[in-house]
Amino acid sequence: MILTNLKRITRTGFVNFWRNGFLSFAAIVVITLSLSAFGGLVFASAFGRSLLADVKDKVDINVYFSLTAQPSDILALQKEIKALPEVASTDYISSADALAAFQAKWQNNALIMQGLQEVGGNPFPAALNIKAKDPGQYGNIADFLTSKNPVDASGAPIIDKVNYQENKLIIDRLSAIIPTVEMSGSIIAGIFVLVALIIVFNTIRLIIYAAREEIAVMKLVGASNTYVRGPFVISGIMYGVVSAIITLILMAIFAYWSDAVVLKLAGVDVASNFSLIVNVLSGYFVQNFGQIFILIMGSGIILGGVSSYVAARRYLKV
Amino acid sequence: MIYYDKVSKVYPDNSIALDNVSFGIEPKEFVTIVGHSGAGKTTLMKLLIAEDYPTEGTVYLESTDVHNMNKKQKNKLRRRIGTVFQDYRLIHNKTIYENIAFAMEAAGRTDAEIAADVPHVLELVDLGHKIWNFPRELSGGERQRVAIARAIVTQPDIIIADEPTGNLDPANTFEIVRILKKINELGTTVLLTTHNKGVVDAVGGRVITMEKGKVIRDDKNGKYIL
Repeated sequence: MILTNLKRITRTGFVNFWRNGFLSFAAIVVITLSLSAFGGLVFASAFGRSLLADVKDKVDINVYFSLTAQPSDILALQKEIKALPEVASTDYISSADALAAFQAKWQNNALIMQGLQEVGGNPFPAALNIKAKDPGQYGNIADFLTSKNPVDASGAPIIDKVNYQENKLIIDRLSAIIPTVEMSGSIIAGIFVLVALIIVFNTIRLIIYAAREEIAVMKLVGASNTYVRGPFVISGIMYGVVSAIITLILMAIFAYWSDAVVLKLAGVDVASNFSLIVNVLSGYFVQNFGQIFILIMGSGIILGGVSSYVAARRYLKV
Repeated sequence: MIYYDKVSKVYPDNSIALDNVSFGIEPKEFVTIVGHSGAGKTTLMKLLIAEDYPTEGTVYLESTDVHNMNKKQKNKLRRRIGTVFQDYRLIHNKTIYENIAFAMEAAGRTDAEIAADVPHVLELVDLGHKIWNFPRELSGGERQRVAIARAIVTQPDIIIADEPTGNLDPANTFEIVRILKKINELGTTVLLTTHNKGVVDAVGGRVITMEKGKVIRDDKNGKYIL
């Protein structure tokens, strides 16, 4: 009996979905818009996160050593810094490396190359590039270096300069902005989702309102609440499924299109420097497709099904 | 079989629809309730299928108080009573077949029974050829016959017909009366309300006359007197 009822409810739900063509269309449009807004948020946060990660990655502090500092002292210091809990990575650039990088960069500029020759020898100090796990922690690292002030065998300090003060402004601002952006992002997302929920619920309520007399007739013929409500819930779930499929297709189109646009706007040269930005959305979409699918499809089914279930309730009291 | 025991109904706007009404209906009776609009005829019907509640008094079907039931019992009660409304109340996005099948599905009949009985009952009301049409494609008389088919298809003990001829022309009116009489002859209790003198005279049988919420006449072999 339960199986027969389930079969009949499902069949009626499908039939109503087709026959109420215009209402179904309207519901699908509204749910698709809501889900697209939802998908847009997913993309915006993915893009934002990738951008932030990129910027965070570009922030670092450099320690420049005196020209007389011995590599063994520098490597010993690097080991100590690495051991600090705040430090994500350190990168040692010897003075030879620095010279090679300079020469590679300016090899086509005769004037600069000539100037370099006139200076003679290697004027570039060795440097240590330090990246913190969190932008807020650079202060601590800089303090550590200042208080430590390592010296070489003859007692002369090996650190010539720490460029933390120069980077301090951007680091401080970034530390302040990131949590604010994340917070306001989730608040806006919350409001967005709430508005979408209300609009979808009202649309479905109107659809069921249009059928209120029929619900009453079904009840007066002696049909149970489940039997009357079931087909509406099935139709609602179908609105959700169809909308979710449309939304996923739109998201895929948008992801690939926006990547192409970013590439075009930034130019291939710039884009290749910011490897994280190019293909960020399509890459994100492909990598996380399973999660995105469940999120969008699940939201659609819950939106359509639960709205229908709740909206039908008030007309069942016959 | 049906007993109204000192039933009163006052609507929230303080209009009195029924005022201390008591009468009984025997099995297989054909009872016609007449009265002007607003005399309380429709309220009587609504109380019987528990669509509305009495302010005072009790409505019994056999020995059960129809307003003291849980949801399941209420659904069962409604499956024992076939209802025909003045405005037909067909489900507009279902075909004629589905409209009738729905009543059987709700009553938990098997697919085989539905496939056999629906065409049969439509033949009975002479609409076998419109089985796949939608209600909007039918005339008023045809729609009312579909409504009757829906009411009788579950073979209920009681048929209540609330002004079923109210929107119909004389030819269709007598067709509906003829069908209802036939149903009654097959052993179903019929409760009919009307304000059409012609209908009353054509039916014959017991006539209950109502006025301003009260029963003013109850004639075993009544005529339309108001």
